[in-house]
Amino acid sequence: MQPAATNHVPQSPPEVVLRMVSDFRYLAGAREMVAGTAKRFGFSHDSSSHLALAVDEALCNVIRHGYKQAPGNPIWVKIWPLEDDGQLGPGLCIVIEDEAEQIDPSAIQGRDLDDIRPGGLGVHIIRQVVDEAQYAAREEAGMRLTLVKRTNGPSAQRTRELTNRCAENTSCDGLPPSADASADHDRRTGA
Amino acid sequence: MSVHEGPAQDPENRMDIRSHDQKTIVLSVSGEVDIVRSPDLQTSLQDAIGKVPGKGSVIVDLSGVSYMDSSGVATLVRGLQLSRKKDVGLVLCSLQDRVRSIFEIARLDTVFPIAETFDEAVEAAASV
Repeated sequence: MQPAATNHVPQSPPEVVLRMVSDFRYLAGAREMVAGTAKRFGFSHDSSSHLALAVDEALCNVIRHGYKQAPGNPIWVKIWPLEDDGQLGPGLCIVIEDEAEQIDPSAIQGRDLDDIRPGGLGVHIIRQVVDEAQYAAREEAGMRLTLVKRTNGPSAQRTRELTNRCAENTSCDGLPPSADASADHDRRTGA
Repeated sequence: MSVHEGPAQDPENRMDIRSHDQKTIVLSVSGEVDIVRSPDLQTSLQDAIGKVPGKGSVIVDLSGVSYMDSSGVATLVRGLQLSRKKDVGLVLCSLQDRVRSIFEIARLDTVFPIAETFDEAVEAAASV
């Protein structure tokens, strides 16, 4: 079940493989694993929480929409570390795979946020809190979601804007602030 | 005779309803609000809104909530819709940054009255 080659999924075997069944009660453990791992790989507390949120929302969608809440169906969460690319820092690639009914990946869209109603927010949230979110049908069966997030990528910048916690000269992710990050901070503070 | 034990009480995941004054009910939520706990939040919100006297308000104190996913946000949207139907005010307060960020991502931070502190929420509730 090696993911299809993309620009970001390493060709090496995943360093973590979590196999779980379609039961909402396992989501808390899955997101704690992801958040704890992200912190150890250099993400800030808030970025780690947002990455865990993306995985949580994705798993929720698999169980709710893919498996129609039928229990006992398999889901895999696979993690690869990503080396520093020299611009956006190191990161994590997380692939979520299932054996649920296949759908057209282009049909998976967040809803119009101007329509104020409960539900339908998960995909929008996922796309906001990671740098890349790519859905694909697996060759064998089911769907695959590939998530990429880097410690100084666009989504980490958004997290900083949203949580507004960066000190002036310190990146939230413990990295030297990029020019973009500094400019962003200046815009926020009016400095 | 066997003794039946109910679900374990989790002190970190609580929902408490209390009266603040004659017109204000406070729902204090703590812990993680995910898809497993959202039904409890829905029930508590309905209870709180049902206890409010006419033209009163519910303050949802989220200071103890460390995590919320879209199902928690959706539950609060349902609560807001119910409160409007019942002509009851609903004010959220004391959101931790990472919880507030979800409302901003969903662009719901301008839909809900959100107060920084409990005292500000009481003021906002009085003016609803």
